[in-house]
Amino acid sequence: MTATDTLTRAIGTPLARIEGREKVTGEARYAYEYQPENVAYAEPVQAHIARGEIRSVDASETLAQPGVIAVIWNENAPKLADGADAELALFQSRRVAYRGQYVAAVVADTQEAAREGQRLLRIDYVEEPHDVVLRENHPKLYTPEKVNPSFPAHMEKGNVEAALASAAASVDVTYRTPAFHNNAMEPHATVALWQDGDLILYDSNQGAPAHRDAIAGVFDLPPERVRVIAPHVGGGFGSKGTPRPQAILAAMAAQMVERPVKVAVTRQQMFAVTGYRTPTIQRMRLGADAEGRLTAISHEVVEQTSTLKEFAEQTATATRVMYAAPNRLTTHQLARLDVPTPSWMRAPGECPGMFALESAMDELAIACGIDPIELRALNDTQVDPEDGETPFSSRDLVGCLREGAERFGWAERDPTPGVRRDGRWLVGTGVASSTYPAYRRAAQASARAEADGSFVVRVGAADIGTGARTALTQIAGDALGTSVDRVRVEIGDSALPKAGVAGGSMGTASWGTAVVRACEALRAKLDDNAELPAEAEADTSEEIEQQKKRARHGFGAQFAEVRVDSDSGEVRVPRLLGVFAVGRIINPRTARSQFIGGMTMGMGMALHEESVMDAAFGDYVNRDLAQYHVPSHADVQSIEAAWLDEEDDELNPMGSKGIGEIGIVGTAAAIANAVHHATGKRVRELPIRLDRLIECA
Amino acid sequence: MRPFDYERAEDATGAVAALRRRGTGARYLGGGTNLVDLMKLGVETPDALVDVSRLPLRGIEERPDGGLRIGAAVRNSELAAHRAVRERYPLLSLALLSGASGQLRNLATVGGNLLQRTRCSYFQDVSKPCNKREPGSGCPAIEGEHRNLAIIGHSDSCVATHPSDMAVALVALDAEVEVEGEGGTRTIPLREFHRLPGDEPQRDTVLQPGDLITAVELPLLAFATRSTYRKVRDRAAFSFAVVSVAVAVDVADGVVRDCRLALGGVAHVPWRAARAEEALRGQPATEESSPRLPAPSSSRRDRSATTHSRCRSGGQ
Ligand SMILES: Cc1cc2nc3c(=O)[nH]c(=O)nc-3n(C[C@H](O)[C@H](O)[C@H](O)COP(=O)(O)OP(=O)(O)OC[C@H]3O[C@@H](n4cnc5c(N)ncnc54)[C@H](O)[C@@H]3O)c2cc1C
Ligand code: SF4
Repeated sequence: MTATDTLTRAIGTPLARIEGREKVTGEARYAYEYQPENVAYAEPVQAHIARGEIRSVDASETLAQPGVIAVIWNENAPKLADGADAELALFQSRRVAYRGQYVAAVVADTQEAAREGQRLLRIDYVEEPHDVVLRENHPKLYTPEKVNPSFPAHMEKGNVEAALASAAASVDVTYRTPAFHNNAMEPHATVALWQDGDLILYDSNQGAPAHRDAIAGVFDLPPERVRVIAPHVGGGFGSKGTPRPQAILAAMAAQMVERPVKVAVTRQQMFAVTGYRTPTIQRMRLGADAEGRLTAISHEVVEQTSTLKEFAEQTATATRVMYAAPNRLTTHQLARLDVPTPSWMRAPGECPGMFALESAMDELAIACGIDPIELRALNDTQVDPEDGETPFSSRDLVGCLREGAERFGWAERDPTPGVRRDGRWLVGTGVASSTYPAYRRAAQASARAEADGSFVVRVGAADIGTGARTALTQIAGDALGTSVDRVRVEIGDSALPKAGVAGGSMGTASWGTAVVRACEALRAKLDDNAELPAEAEADTSEEIEQQKKRARHGFGAQFAEVRVDSDSGEVRVPRLLGVFAVGRIINPRTARSQFIGGMTMGMGMALHEESVMDAAFGDYVNRDLAQYHVPSHADVQSIEAAWLDEEDDELNPMGSKGIGEIGIVGTAAAIANAVHHATGKRVRELPIRLDRLIECA
Repeated sequence: MRPFDYERAEDATGAVAALRRRGTGARYLGGGTNLVDLMKLGVETPDALVDVSRLPLRGIEERPDGGLRIGAAVRNSELAAHRAVRERYPLLSLALLSGASGQLRNLATVGGNLLQRTRCSYFQDVSKPCNKREPGSGCPAIEGEHRNLAIIGHSDSCVATHPSDMAVALVALDAEVEVEGEGGTRTIPLREFHRLPGDEPQRDTVLQPGDLITAVELPLLAFATRSTYRKVRDRAAFSFAVVSVAVAVDVADGVVRDCRLALGGVAHVPWRAARAEEALRGQPATEESSPRLPAPSSSRRDRSATTHSRCRSGGQ
């Protein structure tokens, strides 16, 4: 209220997660836990071929199963609108685009009956030869028009070839990353019900309004006839950024059987239908003069997408931002294979791309005989290196490297590889830069002052476990000039003011701007002695359209210490340290979780994670958490995240940059560089498995 | 999931009788940490479960020779923590603790652990052929994903590995398995308990249908106090062995008087390395005298059906 006009400062304090108690007591409900009366269960049936066509479906045994209500497939599925996302055109064709694609579903009174029906369904296919293995000389490679979401696929400046030919030092190496799968804890799940022609979905996703729009499009409904509810979401990492087939299945099945329907994607199914990071093959060429100043940077990327849909990961875009060099080439090529459709996974583009660039920088540092931190500092830039003029709104890469070096004890480091032994263990340290763009997109929000002195702020945001609800409460509290306990922030519902997904690390910046503007508008009303309850709204479209042209990015430095068992090649990580310059930190407690969570995932990418394509069958075979290894506590002793105070008033009213993804960027390179330092062996293909190191003894 | 009956047996004899009564579709249920997973995947489709996890087989008793008799329903965590095990057989305690996770070990039983199935991914995917699951359907692992499968003792029909860590330590200790079956009680040396796949990979062990494991007998091995279990794996915890070794040595005056060596993660059985033991006995106890074991090759994957390396070919 206006009486509390004093400057409160919730921003910057470690406010505990607002819904933490609800979550640990099990009170917080996740999508699959909604239990409408008379609910039925749908179990998807996955294709057993990688390419071809369904000849026929024999549902007789399934339908004879007690409890089974219906079998849905191409023959009886309702016609859906032609949408942008071919993955959502569920059962609209008899074609099979990849092994594991949903081609039918069984609906039953219980999940068990649906599963048994699924097991008994007989599908006869016309199988065609498939093509599922990406290689650098694949005949199907082409250059896409743009890479995710809308960057040029190819950029060139100067003459890279000539510069490389005359460079005093150079590297020309190829790095490979395997496919990775986003393994959120909460499965993709949807409970759908129709009420008087309106569709209501309890759904696990990264943005209720965006999902509402996409799903309304598929069912050819006006958006206001669809409501998507997702107050709590147990992780997504990008895989819940767009609707997945299970949401369409739930809605379709509910329509057909005229009952509410539940669907959850199993862990095994997830390896086919909910997206993953494309494998990449990246040729990196760097050239430098005798002092180590870069003269040429070339980053050529080969990756895959499905035949169903083009997803072109922007793997080389970070290379356009990182270092100055007059001659530059960044380019992407894709092959459309008979594989599941890749999609967003935490820091798409930056994450795999920076593994290659930052490994190559380490190789160049060695080639030049320069400390890797000095090499990076020497090639730092304060303007966008591609256009040579747009200033960064703020950029403190060098500050992060220096602060990290200090904390990590870099000064004592002997650069000679393979010489530090502790019993069986070889010990080494490595460094890599990190970066992530600071985006912001338009959003709407409303703020309401209640008669009892409390406030309600509403915005169609999503908290996928990041702490967004808590951060928005702090932002609202400060904007209203009141304490956080008087503010209730409502998110996770498409009925709320429209806002974008939790993705691209732009949630807090986008939603926060709208929240601040709505709160400001409310305060203006209250200053005008408006009657209570009073409400104000905001829409940031114009503000964002009018923002100045700036290069807006967060930066960071990742440090790793590794120990490599010289008998077995096993790698352990005694220390990870990340230092970030990402504007103002809104909540140090939840921010730290984001950083160390990202770094942990980066360690998984470096050492453990790998989705293995089976060439004969055309699917990812290691499709559970016993086979797809994510890191365990025992793999790392200490993970620390720190950040610099960075003032930047050209971002948003909070002065913040996104922090959800930068933690994963550069970690794998820091670890790979440390492994080289420990063993003298450069592993250019992830993950750094023990068999890739066993020769180092 | 198929509907199934559930029955809790009161004692071993009752369990054996119940299984016989229920016919070939019935299975014993231990902690369920493997069987129930396989039921969810449709790999196992029993029509009845006879729960043997609460049978009065939970004791760890002293044997007259100073060894131990371990009931089949003893939990993996109980066994690992038992004082006599930690003191007399550290390799067994370490092997158990290197397996699975705390929660799983609290459920898993000794009997179930010995009978857990292979982790071969084709075995676990009913949409694919697998000779072990469906005899005669083929073995896609030979040409496909076999990085963690057998490098010794495999056959043209199956290259699976037995995943148990506990069994590796037990086979090094010359443990015996006590079994109650149709013909009464008998004892099978653990070394003869698991089978090589040959052309019958569907048979993991020499057990007959309906046989119930009631106990594991552990003879005294005085020098097992000097023993360890080393498990090499792709991540530091909660993962199966790429390769493991259970070892006990009796060294006197710098010479190996006796030793026990067993390998895990390399074969269809917990592999007792008898020839390596023989080669070590009487040798000076130095690093150089260590026998050359069949080491995982670090070269490219060998596509022939007879050699399988721990490596996966490049690409993805
Ligand atoms: C994610 C994960 C990771 C794991 N990691 C490891 C690891 O690193 N190392 C390792 O060794 N293990 C590991 N395990 C496997 C675990 O050790 C086994 O699942 C467990 O030991 C099986 O015991 P159980 O009592 O639960 O058996 P159940 O699942 O109950 O039964 C397994 C089989 O044994 C039969 N059976 C059970 N008891 C008897 C009996 N008394 N007589 C006759 N038949 C019987 C059942 O019918 C069934 O066929 C892991 C498991 C999981 C799920
Ligand atoms: S290795 Fe054995 S278990 Fe695996 S697919 Fe082949 S037959 Fe089946």
